[in-house]
Amino acid sequence: MPDPAPAAVARLELTGITKRFPGVLANDHVGFSVRPGEIHALLGENGAGKSTLVKMIYGIMQPDEGEIRWNGRRLTVANPKAARKLGIGMVFQHFSLFEAMTVLENIALGMDAKIPARDLESRILAVMGQYGLKLEPHRIVSTLSVGERQRIEIVRALLLNPQLLIMDEPTSVLTPQEVDQLFVVLRKLAAEGCSILYISHKLHEIKALCDTATILRGGKLVDTCDPKVETSRSMAEKMIGGSLKDIQRGAGRGFGPEKLRVTRLSMAADGPFGTALKDISFTVRASEIFGIAGVAGNGQNALLLALSGEEPNHDPGSVTVNAVEVGQMQARDRRAQGVASVPEERNGHAAVPVFSLADNAILTARDRLGMVRAGLIDPRAARTYAGEVIEAFSVKATGPGAMAESLSGGNLQKYIMGREILQKPQVLVVSQPTWGVDAGAAASIHQALVDLAATGSAIVVISQDLDELLSLCDTLAVINGGRLSRPMKVSEAKIDEIGLLMGGIHGETAAAEIEKVAHAAQA
Amino acid sequence: MSLEFIIAAIVTVVGLTTPILLAGLGELVVEKSGVLNLGVEGMMLVGAISGFGVTVMTFNPWIGVLGAAAGGAAASMLFAVLVLQLNSNQVATGLALTIFGTGLSSLLGLSFTGRIVAPFLSVFPDALAKDPIWRVIFGYSPIVYFALVMVPLTAWFLKSTRAGLILRAVGENDLSAHSIGYSVIKVRYAAIAFGGAMAGIGGCYFSMVITPMWAEKMTAGRGWIALALVVFAGWRTGRLLAGAYFFGILMALELYAKASGFSFLPSQFWAAMPYAMTVVALSFISSRGTAGANAPACLGKPFLPST
Amino acid sequence: MRLKLEKRREPSLAMLVITPIASVILTMVIGIVVFDLIGIKGFKAVVDIFLSPILASYKWQDVALKAAPLVIIALGLSVGNRAQVWNIGAEGQYVIGALCAAGVGVGFGTTGGFFVVLLMVLAGIVGGGVWATVPAWLRTRFNVNEILSSLMLTYVALQVLSYLVGGPWKDPNGRNFPATAPLDPSQTLPVWHGSTVHLGVLIALILPFVFWVVMARSEFGYQVRVVGSSPTAARHGGFDGRSTIFATLIISGAMAGLAGALEFTGVLHKIDLGFPSGYGFTAIIVAFLGRLNPIGCLIAGTVLAVTYVGGQMAQTSVHIPNSTAGIFQAMMLFFILASDILVRYRIRVIPSAKPAPIAKAEV
Repeated sequence: MPDPAPAAVARLELTGITKRFPGVLANDHVGFSVRPGEIHALLGENGAGKSTLVKMIYGIMQPDEGEIRWNGRRLTVANPKAARKLGIGMVFQHFSLFEAMTVLENIALGMDAKIPARDLESRILAVMGQYGLKLEPHRIVSTLSVGERQRIEIVRALLLNPQLLIMDEPTSVLTPQEVDQLFVVLRKLAAEGCSILYISHKLHEIKALCDTATILRGGKLVDTCDPKVETSRSMAEKMIGGSLKDIQRGAGRGFGPEKLRVTRLSMAADGPFGTALKDISFTVRASEIFGIAGVAGNGQNALLLALSGEEPNHDPGSVTVNAVEVGQMQARDRRAQGVASVPEERNGHAAVPVFSLADNAILTARDRLGMVRAGLIDPRAARTYAGEVIEAFSVKATGPGAMAESLSGGNLQKYIMGREILQKPQVLVVSQPTWGVDAGAAASIHQALVDLAATGSAIVVISQDLDELLSLCDTLAVINGGRLSRPMKVSEAKIDEIGLLMGGIHGETAAAEIEKVAHAAQA
Repeated sequence: MSLEFIIAAIVTVVGLTTPILLAGLGELVVEKSGVLNLGVEGMMLVGAISGFGVTVMTFNPWIGVLGAAAGGAAASMLFAVLVLQLNSNQVATGLALTIFGTGLSSLLGLSFTGRIVAPFLSVFPDALAKDPIWRVIFGYSPIVYFALVMVPLTAWFLKSTRAGLILRAVGENDLSAHSIGYSVIKVRYAAIAFGGAMAGIGGCYFSMVITPMWAEKMTAGRGWIALALVVFAGWRTGRLLAGAYFFGILMALELYAKASGFSFLPSQFWAAMPYAMTVVALSFISSRGTAGANAPACLGKPFLPST
Repeated sequence: MRLKLEKRREPSLAMLVITPIASVILTMVIGIVVFDLIGIKGFKAVVDIFLSPILASYKWQDVALKAAPLVIIALGLSVGNRAQVWNIGAEGQYVIGALCAAGVGVGFGTTGGFFVVLLMVLAGIVGGGVWATVPAWLRTRFNVNEILSSLMLTYVALQVLSYLVGGPWKDPNGRNFPATAPLDPSQTLPVWHGSTVHLGVLIALILPFVFWVVMARSEFGYQVRVVGSSPTAARHGGFDGRSTIFATLIISGAMAGLAGALEFTGVLHKIDLGFPSGYGFTAIIVAFLGRLNPIGCLIAGTVLAVTYVGGQMAQTSVHIPNSTAGIFQAMMLFFILASDILVRYRIRVIPSAKPAPIAKAEV
């Protein structure tokens, strides 16, 4: 790590930045500074105000109060174009890419100066060579992996010779190996004098990469510290504002009989951008929590649809529940067999955004809880059930009449989880149970899953968050390119092997790769 | 079949194709920006009456065409304000524009009913324009040449210019375009205005060239055929040209069947033909599944940025 | 100072009711101004169009007769629109419905009576439904846009009508005029004695309540709303999107066919080239002005019927063309669509108090 000279002038200095939204103080007098060549972490949970803060630095929003100094000069960043002109680049968490266009077109759209396509292409190749970022300029983005897509964003930002690069949760979609490659690029950039503002809530990454960490909580600045000195736990407690709560598991847990069996399940890809499922087999017993790890876009969505019955299979025996063949059944019939599911997308898949919570209760609970009689819906039953869920899962909402979209992500997720769990399913399949949810809600969702398992349900958790799976699950398998690895006990799983499986290297090859890496490290 | 007959047929087809080609090109650009404007028929009617009215008042068809473009664009702005500023439902708002355009053109047309203007015909010397052979190239209204020039021009704009790239980006992913710093609303305003102007010019072809007079609802559903044309073409300019000629030939068949007393089938059969064939063609294109691949991803969806 | 839109936590019921009323009033106000500007007595025109039919009791039955088809068609369309299905070919389904009823009438010759009339009306329902099956099938099987296909089929339906009334079904005693022979009195709908108000008006009064129960309380109504609001969530809830789309298109077609059969057997008693009068298109406005609510459709249908009757009155009294009513109807639709946003958002006034920037980086 180069130690940047204690420059008199900070690259970026924020003082008293305040931003209000209706009912929320997103940033409350936040101030910190970033030196040239510094890798500065911005740490906080979902909803702490990190994204709002960087959007103001990048000119997407304007602060209500406070000032921004850039290389010592006070200014207003009117819009992203102005930010780029100053030398601020940004890599978004949800990529701002255009699926149907080529890599080259995507990069050209991010450039403000008019550069002829040929010149641009040669400059892209130069930047890619310099930092070891491989990309084919004429490929259509929709055919690329998530890691490659992120590279487009990085190349796009680097072409502007930025003095400050903002990275918003860049590793949430990468395999551990890809994360290492990214860190090499970022360190090289910092060594050349580019400042990096690195947003994350992954503490071990911040300890490995960053020089300074600024911690936000509830829109307020909690601390600016040196992550190399702090422990992960101390930073986590500053971030959450209390001590970490561990999952409470009952003593003497054992697994019951087999509840869910998936046998050689294959599904054609759903649409041109979908992933086909190939030959997936696994079993889940009563009280077992089965985790499925993997990088986004490797068939997780298709697997959830295949298990919930939203995409029925032609082979009746491909999925069995309590030894009943449900493979050909539609979602509604599978629910009658006790299968409940929570898809990744809350608004628009698990729930109808413009419906009230009570109306959303009808969506999946109408049959099991008898809300329909002679074709007519009993709205009172729906309201009562919605009220029960709100109560039992401490959902913050104005009541059963509140629209789903008016709830925060965490509260809606708690409501949806509660709606399924209180139906006492035999098998529960959940995808990304804590995506975009604050730590408090995440902890209560994890606890609810563990409690449900304790009552004898079989649970499948599909998640991209490896830490979550390792702390929650009993058994783990990795999905890659629509194939599922062999299941392993979490207590015996090796993180290197999981990482390689996520990157698409299977079975013995993975073991061989690990050895090679180990040898290389020794040499 | 004599050469004269073939040439006459070509001239007829070119004439019938021009309005739907113009309106279709305009709508293609609008849809590429992510907006579905179903008001094409209404904008064509407003263009038809404003082109005719301006020509009557100025005795200058060139200014008349400009008037038609302005009329169509002005009508499209009603749609734009509702859809872009107030996020109203695009389908319903487009329908409203068609109903409104139909009524407005009838009202404006009252004072022009029964008036006739000199048709806006070829500007080439009669020796060429009226020559039984050479009229196949020189015998058209300037609007025809304009439409044909606009085809490669639109293709070039969309494919090779930076503005075209931005327009496509806005239609592909409006939120991303917004986060990079492009003004989605401004781009869409411009696209809708262009679509309106093109529909307006397409409409005035009826009132200034085909029958140089005004009649209520004289575009007879061609605006809807133009909309179908865009889907049929899979949002590609070249295929739009081909599709427009396909429909042009169908419409010419109707005329010839009627004129020749070709009567083992009732004339209504031929009149219904272009519309029925539109449905058949749409089914054929849509069933192949690949047609939608080139559809702009944001087509018809409201733009709701979080900021 | 600038205006900012802020999302409401729950949709505003007050705005749901106020905005359609405000749209009608705004249309009247703007109508006065615009007509004055183009040299027509604006106030008189607006009073004639919007108020005279209500004030003159002898016009009430005209209003009822015009409202009946509008309400019935709009009920069907509003079910489709709730599922985000856009049948704009109701005019064609209306025509086919009437033709099917006429076909039954022709088949029975001069035989009439309750069962024949019932059969004619049922034929209308089936005919309209079948005509709508084509776009429904194409949409669910080939993913063909139903907006375009249903509209194209309207033009085809008009040609079918033109062919039948000008050829096979032409009245031999009709001086070669393209029209069917008038129905035998025993084949017409019963009429309230001493008036022209037929049974269809009663049907148009009852149906909205039936539709209300189905849409608001039944599982089918719920299914339609879920499919329209979020097809993916519908699939998650175990509802089949395709069959829902199919069903809503058939229902809207059947309603339009019913309206056509009622208009034929209840009012016109024969079909000529002037039979298609645009009810199928105006009903789209009725559905939106009624906020896709069945009871709302009943009220909105009556309002639109008033403007139809009033438009005809104004034609003679202030010499404005019939098309003016169309402009008013479209204006109402514009206003209702523009004010839609108020149901889910509130407008906030934000005072402009920005700190003066010292160095401004702008492009």
